[in-house]
Order: sequence, then C-alpha cells, then structure tokens
Amino acid sequence: MAQRAVAIVRFIPGFLTVALVLGLTLGTLVAVIVRAEGFGGLGPGEWSAIRFTLSQAVVSALVSVGFAIPVARALSRRDFWGRSFLITLMGAPFLLPVIVAILGLVAVFGRGGLLNAILASVGVEPASIYGFHGVVLAHVFFNLPLATRMILQGWLAIPAERFRLAASLNAPVGPLLEWPMLRRTVPGALLVIFLICLTSFAVALTLGGGPRATTVELSIYQAVLFDFDLGRAALLACVQFVFCALAAVLAYVASPPAGLGAGLDRVVTRWDGRWAGFDYLWIILAAAFLLIPLGMVLARGLQGLLLVDWPVLAAAWRSTWVALGSTALCVSMALALALWRSRWAQVIGVLPLATSSLVVGTGLFLILFPFVSPRQVALLVTLIINAALALPFAYRIILPAVRASLDDFGRLSAQLGLSGWARFRIVILPRIRRPLGFAAGVAAALSMGDLGVITLFAGEGQATLPLLMYRLMGAYQMDAAAGVGFILVTLSFALFWVFDRGGRVRADV
Amino acid sequence: MKRTLLTVAGLFCATAAFADGHAKTLTVYAPDYFGSEWGPGPSIEAAFEAQCDCDLVYETGNVLPRLLLEGQNTNADVVIGLNTDVTKQARESGLLASHSADLSALTLPIEWDDDMFVPFNYSHTAFIYDNTKLDGFDSFEALLDAPDDVRVVIQDPRTSISGLALVLWVNAVYGDEAEAAWARLAPKILTVTQGWSEAYGLFTDGEADVVLSFTTSPAYHIIAEEDLTKSAAIFEEGHYFFVELAAKVAGTDNPDLADQFMAFVLTPEFQSLIPTTNWSFPAALPQDQWPAGFQELPQPRTVLFYPEDAAAELRDEAIEAWRSALSQ
Repeated sequence: MAQRAVAIVRFIPGFLTVALVLGLTLGTLVAVIVRAEGFGGLGPGEWSAIRFTLSQAVVSALVSVGFAIPVARALSRRDFWGRSFLITLMGAPFLLPVIVAILGLVAVFGRGGLLNAILASVGVEPASIYGFHGVVLAHVFFNLPLATRMILQGWLAIPAERFRLAASLNAPVGPLLEWPMLRRTVPGALLVIFLICLTSFAVALTLGGGPRATTVELSIYQAVLFDFDLGRAALLACVQFVFCALAAVLAYVASPPAGLGAGLDRVVTRWDGRWAGFDYLWIILAAAFLLIPLGMVLARGLQGLLLVDWPVLAAAWRSTWVALGSTALCVSMALALALWRSRWAQVIGVLPLATSSLVVGTGLFLILFPFVSPRQVALLVTLIINAALALPFAYRIILPAVRASLDDFGRLSAQLGLSGWARFRIVILPRIRRPLGFAAGVAAALSMGDLGVITLFAGEGQATLPLLMYRLMGAYQMDAAAGVGFILVTLSFALFWVFDRGGRVRADV
Repeated sequence: MKRTLLTVAGLFCATAAFADGHAKTLTVYAPDYFGSEWGPGPSIEAAFEAQCDCDLVYETGNVLPRLLLEGQNTNADVVIGLNTDVTKQARESGLLASHSADLSALTLPIEWDDDMFVPFNYSHTAFIYDNTKLDGFDSFEALLDAPDDVRVVIQDPRTSISGLALVLWVNAVYGDEAEAAWARLAPKILTVTQGWSEAYGLFTDGEADVVLSFTTSPAYHIIAEEDLTKSAAIFEEGHYFFVELAAKVAGTDNPDLADQFMAFVLTPEFQSLIPTTNWSFPAALPQDQWPAGFQELPQPRTVLFYPEDAAAELRDEAIEAWRSALSQ
C-alpha cells in the first residue's frame, strides 16, 4: 500500500492529470455549492426529469451497444474495398454538433423527411420521430459509431494466433474468443454511452417532442440561467455524479480482466467466414443509418457555403488551434492515466462524463473571475475543458491497448532493462498507435464541435465555429448557418481523419 | 497564499489598465445575438465611439446570470438585452442604477415610465406560417381549432424567453382556462425546442408549418431575402408584448459614459440601426421613419402585457399548466 502511494506521487503526469480532473469536476461543483450557500430542494418536475433521464440513458446505451456488436463483428471479419474509409466515416456522427445532428436526423426521419417520403410513396402511414423512440434514435445515431469502434478495437486486439489455433482445432470462435472479449469491452462501452446520454439535453428535448422528455441537464440549465438557483443546480449536479458512480461500479464489477495473452502481432486471418451476406447486411444498414443524415447536413450546407465570409474563416482557424491544443492535452492526460495502473485512474477517467458542462463553466467562472477577466482566458479555458470532457473517451480507447502491451511485454522489457521513456517509446507506443490515433481524432473532433463553455466566457473576436453557427441562426441566417455547419463537419472530420490515419500508418487494417 | 493571489490579481488589473491606454472603456454586457457580427452590436459600437472618445467593448453571453455571478465586482458599465421576465430579479439584485434618460421620445404601444430600464426595441410574440401553404389564423381560437395535422413548433418556457412569453400570452388570453387551451394545442405541437434558433430552423427547413416567433420576423424575409411567403398570424385576442431593455450598472467606474450611452439608446441614430439588425420595432422612432418593410407589417390591435410583479407571480403557475398539459 505504502509502495503504491509513493508510486502515485512519483508519477508526476498522473498526479497532474488527477489534480486537473478533480479540480474541473468536483472543484467547480464545490465552488458552485459555496456560492449557493447550500443545496436547494427538488420539485415533482425534477423527480420526473430524473426518471426520464435514467430510463432513456439505459435504453439508449443498451440499443447502441446491442446494434454495435453485430456491426463490429461484421467489420472485423470482412474485407472489402473502402472498408477502412467506411470505418472512419462512420465515426462522424459522434463528432457532430448537436444542432447539426438534430437537423440532419429530422431531414431523414422527420415529418417531411426522406423516410416518410418513401413510406408515402408505397402508401404507408407516416411515422413520427418525436417521442421516447426519437430520443433513443438520436442517441443511437450519436453513439453507435463510438460503440462500434470500441468493440471493433476489442475484436482487432484478439491475437491472430488464437484464430489460427481455433481454426486448426476446428473449435468454435464465438464462445472461446469472442465472448470473453465482449465481456471485457461491452461493460465499458455501455458505461460510456450511458453517461453521455445521462447529460444529454437539447437532443432529448427536441426529439422527445416536449416536456415529457425533460432531462436533469435541462433542469440544471433552467436553474443556472433562468432561475439563478445555484443551490438546485448543485444538487442536480450531485445527482448526476451519484448515477455516474453507481454506473462506474457496475461496469467495473461486470468487466473481468483480460486473459487472452500475447500474440506475435500478426495480421488476423479468419476461417470462420460463413454468413457473409448477413455481415454485409449489418454493414449496409449501419452505414445508411449513420451516413444519410450526415449527407443531408452536407447537402443543406453546400448552398450556404457561398454566404460564408471572413469572420467564419477566423473562427475556423480559432476552433482548429483550440482543438489541436485540446487534443495534445487530452491525449497526454489519457496516457498518464492509462500508464498509472490504479483503480483510481478508472474513476478519474470517467468522472468528466458525469459533469454538467454548465456547472463546470459556472464553477470555473466563480473561481477565475476574482483574478482574471473571463474574456482574457476564454479560449484557454475552452481548450482545457474540452480536453477534460474528451478524456473519458480517449482514456477508454487507449486503456485496453496500453494494458495489453504492459501485460504482454512488461516482463520482457523489465528483463531487457527498459523503463521510463525508452520503454514507452519502444514497447508501448508502437502497440497503441492505432487506438492512440483514434483517441486523438475523437478528442480533436469533439473539441471542434463542442459549443461548451465558450458561451459563458466569450468576448468580441473569440467565437468558435459552433458559437458562430448559433449566432447566425439567432440572426435568421439559417442558410449561412448551414454553410458554417458544412465547414464545421468537414473540418472536424478532416482532423479526425488525419489523426486516425496517422495512428494506422503501417497498421494492416 | 491569499496575499500572493491578490498581488497577482493586482498586477493583472494594472497591466490591463495600462494596455488600454488613455481612452476610457465602456464595457457592455449583451446577449450573443446582439453583440455578434450579424447583430446590431458592431454598427452601434461604431456610432457611439464616433461621439464618445471611448472604446466600447461587448462581453456577450447570458447577461443577467453573469451579472449576478459577478455581483458587486462586475466589470460591466451597462447591460443591454434584458427583457421584462428578468427585470424584477435584476432590480432586486441591487446591482443596477436608475437612469437619467429622457423617456419622452418613446413610441411604444404601452406606457413606460420605469426609472431603471430603458427600452430600445420591441416586438410581440406571434405564430409565423408560410402563406403559400396555410390561410393563417385570425385568432388564438382559430389556431386551437386548426386540424391536428397543422404542425406547430414552440420553445420551452424553462429555457427560452420567447417560450416564457408564450405561456404568459396563453395565460393572458385564457386565464384559468390556460391548461385546457394547452390541451387543445398539444396534439398540434410537433415538438418543443430549447431555444428560438432550433425552432425557427425546423420551420425554415419545412419540418413545421407554424413556429412561435415574433410579429417582426417576416421583416427579415421581406427585406433580406425578398421572400414574401412568411407571415405572422395576427390574433384578435391580442399579442404578448416583448420588449428589450438596457440599464446602467450601479458600480460602474464610468458613470458619465454609462449615462451618455443610456441617452444614446433613445436617439434616432441608435434607433434607426435597430430594425434591420435586430429585426424588431425601434422603441423611440415614429412609424413613418421605420424602414420600408417594417412600416407595412401588420400590427396587433391589442397588446397584452404583464408588469414584472404580475408576471413573476404567474410564471410558475403558467409554466406548470404548460408542462402538465403537454406531458399527457
């Protein structure tokens, strides 16, 4: 125990990460509580919001992961032209700014959308997107890509030798190799998606069709910005933390340690490739579900591109460097946490997901305001918060690979006397390059698309692209806003692609 | 530790003051849409700076929450873009000062003699529709009686000022029967959005037939897009009055400059910039001086309005009537 404590203190990057995450999550909450001088009470409206929030988050997580498993399985054992591009492209919905995604989904599933046009042409009653199922649909749209990628990483991490051995013994791959892998990856994916949906707000309200779809986050928004009741906001934020903690414990208990052992890092060859049609059906369905709304967003934005002028380009530049800085910080923190082999690292690694960004922003504002003008630090604060908010994803994505490389090659490196930076560079880095690139891509794109706390801090000349998009919509300029949406999606995706590609160079996927 | 922090903070302030040079800075807290490149902010800034020998700086965001968070230490000299839903809270915070502006120039459809808040533009909540697809509605009753396949999108009164104005409007028209009115409207409500932008986006994308917005919204389409298809339905029961306000901050370091700005708000120079940048009726400009497009906009005969005390009292009840009727 004493040895462990010393190890924590000695590992400075880990210590700094823990301090930063705790400060941003719990520290900001404490600042709000101190300012509110205690907690407020909850009304009947809040209780029904809590019930709705929990039920939609559970259903959304189960459905997202439920569909992700066959899609990931299909992608893991089929090779076709454009496969790797499709995998990258399918990650895009996760990176969309909320308002863009809503309009994209409505363009396909809405009353006047493509789906109903097709239904009408064959004489079927129109279907409505609005309601509980609409909330789940939107959350699956956002999170299916993430779930698929997380599970796909698990499939790709099964050493090629295991499949070879199973094939030569004519042993069933499912129960022997795939099931144990799923038991390890699925709880983590469920947890992350549950937490994302827990703090969802604008999507849930709009596609939920009205006040039945009120989430806890909406109540927080109302408490902070409308009623200025910081006590109630703090209490609701605590409720979110409790759910996060419970979910994290459940996921931890449900996920057993890895036991597949090391391979020779060879390319996987599969011999269990029957049912090809079935696999392709899943791939086509998932691709259509994810890419058609995206295509509608881009098509709508194309005509607005002509209306784009220089403030948009300035904002694009600003957003890009904030995203790059945020990515560097996020990936460093994720690595520090993944290398710090403690149970606490896992707790720190999901904590930011449970926070309400409004409470974080408000708390940070209260902490910083006495010392600096919020306007002067707006972009820096955005950079840091975006990094912290993307940390859970980056951490979850690289953790299995870092662990595996330490488990499988740790003894060998000890024997060779490799440690510290040399061990990281020679042993770990080459093995985690693929997930590291993916993690960096996700962090960059999330930062790009997040409206986040900039609304609380921004002054003149500091708007990021998503903020600019809201401003244009607020000034009736829907077409120009769609044009900015086009740029936003393209830039987010380009950043994501560069990092994701970079991580896959010389990886045979 | 505390002393170090104070010193650091002091240094920061000193550098900031130094960097600004000799011209005084007037800090104006404004909503995002006001201060943005496409709002009235930049042209008003240029016009004021031409006469004040000062530097006007906007800090945009949620004006009142930010002011309340900062309390007595706020950097703001003036706040602009508040509306009557928050005036009571703002007044009671003690952070705002009374103004010395001359209100005689006001051309509002209601009496206004508030000593703290100066109106700079107004509109009325209204339902906007596409006049090539619908015949429109001449009363609230007609909207409630419309077939259920007319799809209406509104904003949430808990997160949006226009949504809140709507529940007060329904309350003003239907009083105790508000919940029943909401129940009649409920089947036609496609969805409820967090803010105005999402709702209006759903309308312009063709997903909704009718959107809750303002009587002045068609002016944007007429003037900026030469599109005459968007109309506001004018109801005989009347429309809820929606006014935006400016106020001087009590703890301002530049009281004279702040007073000068408050007076500037009511000048024809400021007022003539408002219609085509904030897409609202100017608060102190005779109708014959409004831009073409605004002059011809149909105006409600009856204007409904709850003063801040009455609105504050009704608010929770009105929101609850909305919530319970739409949660069925």
